[in-house]
Amino acid sequence: MDVTAYRPVPSAIPSRGRVLLRRFVKKLGFWFSVAVIVSPAIFVFLWMLSLALKNEIDNTAYPPVFIPNPPTFANFLSVFEQNNIGRYLWNSIVVSGGATLIALLIGVPAGYGIARTGAHRLTVLILIARMTPALSYLIPLFAVFQFLRLNNTLTALVITHLVITVPIIVYVMAGHFETIPRELEEAAQIDGAGAWASFRYVALPLARPGIVVGFILAFIFSWNNFVFGAVLSGRETRTLPVAVYNVLTFEQLAWGPLAAAAIIVTLPVLLLTILIQKEIVVGLTAGGVKGG
Amino acid sequence: MASIAISTPATAPRATVVARRRRRYYYFILPALVVIGAVIIFPWLFTVWMSAFEWKIGGTPHFVGLDNYTGLFTNRRFIEAVVRTFYFTVLAVVAPLILGTIAALIFHRQFPFRGLLRGVFILPMMATPVAVALVWTMMFHPQQGVLNYLLSLVGIPPSQWVYSPTLVIPSLVLVEVWHWTPLIMLIVLGGLAALPTEPYESAKLDGASEWQLFRYITLPLVAPFLFVAGVIRTIDALKTFDTIYVITSGGPGTASETINLYLYLQAFAFYNIGNASAVVVIFFTIVLALALVLLHLRERTKWM
Repeated sequence: MDVTAYRPVPSAIPSRGRVLLRRFVKKLGFWFSVAVIVSPAIFVFLWMLSLALKNEIDNTAYPPVFIPNPPTFANFLSVFEQNNIGRYLWNSIVVSGGATLIALLIGVPAGYGIARTGAHRLTVLILIARMTPALSYLIPLFAVFQFLRLNNTLTALVITHLVITVPIIVYVMAGHFETIPRELEEAAQIDGAGAWASFRYVALPLARPGIVVGFILAFIFSWNNFVFGAVLSGRETRTLPVAVYNVLTFEQLAWGPLAAAAIIVTLPVLLLTILIQKEIVVGLTAGGVKGG
Repeated sequence: MASIAISTPATAPRATVVARRRRRYYYFILPALVVIGAVIIFPWLFTVWMSAFEWKIGGTPHFVGLDNYTGLFTNRRFIEAVVRTFYFTVLAVVAPLILGTIAALIFHRQFPFRGLLRGVFILPMMATPVAVALVWTMMFHPQQGVLNYLLSLVGIPPSQWVYSPTLVIPSLVLVEVWHWTPLIMLIVLGGLAALPTEPYESAKLDGASEWQLFRYITLPLVAPFLFVAGVIRTIDALKTFDTIYVITSGGPGTASETINLYLYLQAFAFYNIGNASAVVVIFFTIVLALALVLLHLRERTKWM
C-alpha cells in the first residue's frame, strides 16, 4: 500500500517512547560499566572479610560459601591469642610511627627550605630516590647493620624506613609550602622576625593540612613495606606484614586466621586512605605522591 | 620607569642581601641532606663499590673488577630472569593503561555516588600488598579457590593459575592490574580535567560521533599524561617484589623469577653480596634512565 510510503521513517523522527527507551538503555549500559570497573576492587576486600568471618569448614567448601552464616570472630581471636599478633602490631606502630616522626622533624623544614630557595635539583634527587627499587638500599644497609650489630633490632628498621618516609615528606611539604604566599613571611620579617621565626610562627601553622597529608602518606607506605622487615628483622622484631607472611603461612595453613590477619594489617591503611581520599586524588593526579 | 631608575643603584647590595637570606634557608635543608646522604646516597655508592668484589657475608671480600658483570651476561638464570621481567612488565603496563583510561573516562562523567565509588576504586592502590597477595593466593587455589568457581559460573573450565608455569606470569599480572589500575586512572583523570571544552563543541556541531571525539580530540590531548603514567607504571612494574614473593616466591621452579626475585635470593638466601650488587647496579641504571625520561617529560608538559 502506498500509505506506508508517507509514514515517517522511524529512525529519522523517533517516538517519545523510543527516545526514553534509548536513554534508559544508555544509562543501563553506563551503570553496567561502572559496576564492571568497581566490582573487582570491592570483591577482593569483601572476600577477605568473608574468609575472615567463616569457620574453616566453610572456607574450604566447594562451591564456596559467600556469606558467613553465622559469622564468627574465632579467627581474629586465634590470631591474637596463638600468634602474638599484638606484639607485631606494636612493632609496626613503633617502626612506621618512629620513621614518620623523624621524617617530619627533618623533612618539614627541608620542604620549607626547598620551596623558599627554589632548590629544585633536590626534588629531582628525591624523585629518583623514590623510584629506585627498595632492594637496592637493602644490601649495603644490611652489611652496615651487620657491622654495627644492629641487625634484628627495631632501631635498624626505623633507620631503614627513613628511606621511604623522608622523600615522601620532603616532596609533599616542598609542594605545599610553595602554595603558601611569601608575603605573610615577608611582613613578619619586616617586623624583625628571622628566617626561623617566620618559619616557626607564620609558615608552619599554615602548613598544618600539608603536614597531615604528608604524615599519613609516609605512614601508609612505611606500614605497607614488606621487604625491609623481611630482611632486617628477627623473630621478636617483625613488623606486621612480615609476621603475617612468615608466622601465619609457615606455621599454619588455615585460611580463616590468615584472612583475619590480612584484615588487621590492611584495615588501618584503608581507614587512613578514606580519611585523606580527596588529597590522594588531587596529589596523585598531580603525580606528587607515590612511595615504594 | 622611575621606580627602576631609583632602585638600580641599590641592586648590588640588594642582591647580596637576597643571597644571604637564601643561604639562611639552606640550614633548613641541611638535616634532611645529611639523612638522605646516609640512608640513600651512601647505599648507592656502597653498592657500586661492592659490585667490584667477590664477597660472601662473613668472608673477606676480594677485588674482582668487572667479573661480576661479565659473569651475569653468561649466567643463564639471570638472562632468563631479565626476559621474564620484560614479559611481566609489558603485560603489567599495557593492561592497566587501557583499563585505567577506560575507568578515567567513566569517572570523568558526572553521576550519582561518583565520589564514593571513586574512593572505593582507589582503595586497592593503598592496600598493603602482602595482605592482598595472601588473599589472592587463596583465590587462585585450583581446587577451593573462588576464582575457578566464578569462571565455572560463566562456563569457563578451571585454571591452574599460579601453579602453572605458563600461566603464572599472567596470573601475577592480574594482581598487579588490580593493584595499580587506580593510579593510572587518577593520572589520566587529572589529564581529562585539564582538557579545554572548545574543540568538543565545534566537533559536535560538525556531527562527530562519540568515538570520533575520543579518538581525535581526547586521546591526543591526554597522550602526554598517558605517557607519564606509562613510565611510572613501567618503573613500578620492574620493581614488583612483594606480590611475586608472597604468592609464588619465583615458582613454580623459576617460572616467575624476575630480576628482583633473583636479586633477593642472591643477596639474602645465598649471601652473594658482590654478585647481587652488580645486579642492583644494572637494575638501578635502567630505572634511572626511565626516571630521567619522566623528568624530561615533566619539564615539557609542566606536569607534577
